[in-house]
Parts: sequence; C-alpha cells; structure tokens
Amino acid sequence: MGGHHHDHDHDNHFTAIEARVKALETLMVEKGYVDPAALDAIIDTYETKIGPRDGARVVARAWTDPAFAARLKADGTAAVAELGYGGRGGEHIVACFNTPEEHNLIVCTLCSCYPWPVLGLPPVWYKSPPYRAKAVIDPRGTIADFGVTLPENQRIRVWDSTAETRFMVIPMRPAGTEGWSEEKLASIVSRDSMIGTGLPRVEDAA
Amino acid sequence: MNSAHDLGGQMAFGPVIPEPNEPVFHGDWEKRVLAINVAAGAMGAWTIDEIRHARESLPPAQYLSSTYYEIWLAALDKVLVKHGFLSPDELATGQPSAQRREPKRVLKGEEVAGVLRRGFPYEREAKAPARFAAGDKVRTIVMHPQHHTRLPRYARGKEGVVERVTGCHVFPDTGAQGQPEAAQWLYTVVFDGRELWGRDGDPSSTVSIEAWESYLEPA
Repeated sequence: MGGHHHDHDHDNHFTAIEARVKALETLMVEKGYVDPAALDAIIDTYETKIGPRDGARVVARAWTDPAFAARLKADGTAAVAELGYGGRGGEHIVACFNTPEEHNLIVCTLCSCYPWPVLGLPPVWYKSPPYRAKAVIDPRGTIADFGVTLPENQRIRVWDSTAETRFMVIPMRPAGTEGWSEEKLASIVSRDSMIGTGLPRVEDAA
Repeated sequence: MNSAHDLGGQMAFGPVIPEPNEPVFHGDWEKRVLAINVAAGAMGAWTIDEIRHARESLPPAQYLSSTYYEIWLAALDKVLVKHGFLSPDELATGQPSAQRREPKRVLKGEEVAGVLRRGFPYEREAKAPARFAAGDKVRTIVMHPQHHTRLPRYARGKEGVVERVTGCHVFPDTGAQGQPEAAQWLYTVVFDGRELWGRDGDPSSTVSIEAWESYLEPA
C-alpha cells in the first residue's frame, strides 16, 4: 500500500480483505447471527465432502447401466439422488448427454450458477468474465482455449444457467474402456468434461 | 438491470485461462466468505435473487475488477445493512453495537448437513396451465428494467423454440425486489447461433436459456 511506513508494530499480518472478512465474521458471531460450528461444517462440506468425484460417479453409472442413464435423462434430480446427491445449488438437475452429433457446454453468463451437489464449487475461470462472455458467442473458440478441438461436424449446444435449473454434461464413453469397472471409469471423468470444456481421456485412468 | 454482470457476448476479456490443479479455495478468507454467505442466507431475510441483485448492482468497474468472493462479500455487506442486521459503522470499525435485529432462524452446526442436502427447491404448484409446449416457436420480449432480471441482453427480442417445460418456478424479477413470492412456468428455449449473433454467429451452435413465461411471446 502506498504511503504505508513500517514504523509501527503490526499486531497481525492480515491483508485488507482478510481483515474485512475477519471483522465481518466476528460481528456475525458476536451478534448471534451465525453459529461458528455451522461455518466450519459448511466449509468442511465443500472442501472435503462434495466435489467433481461425485459427478464422475454419476457419469460412470450412466455409462455402465443403461436403465440408470435413461432415468438420468428423464429426471436428473431423481437419478442423482439415487446415488445420494442433491440439495443446495442443485435442487433441479438436468443431465446433458453428449452425442457424436452434439456436444454440450454449460455456462452462467449472469453470475456463477453451477451444479454444486455433483461438481462442488466452480473453478475461478467458470465465474470469470472471459468464460461467461465468450461461451455463448464463440463456444468452439472457448473450448479451444482448453486445448480441446471438436470435430467440425459436431454441433455445440450451450446451456446458459439463467434459472435454478443446474446442468451437468454427460460425456461420451471413450473407446478402449470396454470391461472397465465403474470406479476405473469414474477416474477418467474430469470436472471439465462435465462442464463441456474437456473430454474424458483413457490415459487419465487411475 | 443492464450492468457489468450481464456478460454474454461481450469482448476484449481475452482467452479463458484455466488454472492447473486449482485448489477449492485460494486462501482461508474465501472459505469464510462462502460459509458466512450460506449461513447468513439461512437467516431467511433475503432471497437468492435479492442477493444476486446486490452483486450485479455493484458499480461496473468494481464488479469487473473483483474476484467472485470479493463480489459476494461486498453484496453481503449491502444486504446485511439493508435488512438492519449490521450498520455501516459496525462494518467500518468491526465493533458490535448494542442494536440487533432478531433473525428468523440461525443455522446450527448440526443442521448444516441436512439443510444443504435438502436445499431450497424452487418449483411451486402451478395455478394455471402452461401457455407454451415443447416445439412451440416463441420470441423473447425486449425490456431494459432497472431491477433484477434473468433474461440476458443477448437473448432479448430473439426467436427460439421451446424444448422443454421445466416446471413452475419462483419468479426472480419480482422476488429480488422484496415482493411476495410468485411463480411462473419456466421453459428451456433454444436459439440458433445466427439468430442471436447475426452474421458473426456460429451456425453450428445453439444456445438455450431458461425463460420464465412472462419473458416469452408466441412467434
């Protein structure tokens, strides 16, 4: 910070934003508006419990169980609930199945809507202006920013998340994965492949 | 509201730059902002759409130069003051005053798992049949309201096709203004790239939005 001279004792090493957040949290707790245990539980949920591994399990199940895939297509919310997923930030889930004719891409041009219960919290780029601006006007160029080139004859369908409906992409199962277990299949389903900015890659198998 | 948040089709932001092996949070303060945002929202004093409006009505220069958690924090400060939970003086000094508004509820630690798992469904019982059906041609209305709306600028006045009737969902435009909850039929409407962007559109792409019934007219 300009004009900040180190001629006094610091009583902490907080940056400006850290200090602001700490002050807000202290006020909220002291005034009895939030329970500190609730804050810790919320952080633990999104840091360690919910994430793209959950969505990957949904995809792997859809790849191996045609009846599940059909239910997922018909009612995403009910189908992901079968695997124990759902809730805040993904109360209404729609699964968008990629086909050789059409590739799906999800975005929220107006804010940062993202299917939290199956993919966890969104990456920074998903919430940032370059992606939100470009995905709807230049989807092929947007996907190319991720190093992915789609066949020219594959159409792209962009889903702008303007309501509380949340979308997840179900990528196509790659060739060379015949006979794989559901667990091994899930290991190649990246977060980006469920947003539509990536594709599952056989060489990523765990 | 036509503000910086309505980003679809804007240019000069450069390419998307993904961060390899991105962590869930970039610093402890982001975790705290997420948690305070969720827990404060659970007090039930404002709707998701009201706080979205608080974010998108930040001055454009501030909005575009802030990270998303900074935007959340700035909006949280605004709604907490607006609803009388905190004063600007308290936020400036970090010192609590004696004044306090009693929240409708306080989310307890042991309730978190259940509340997050149940979520807050937005579908409501319909009071009237849906006006449109899958396959119907529709045109989005042209409007430029000062208040919150979920009809993005790039999709106003455009002809598309109803792909799916999603259900009857809480209507954001009025809810964000503090009006009593109202619900409308919600549709997935698909537009050709050329319809949205003219000669600069990609003819091999389509874009869908989720559109409430009052955003649509028969085409």
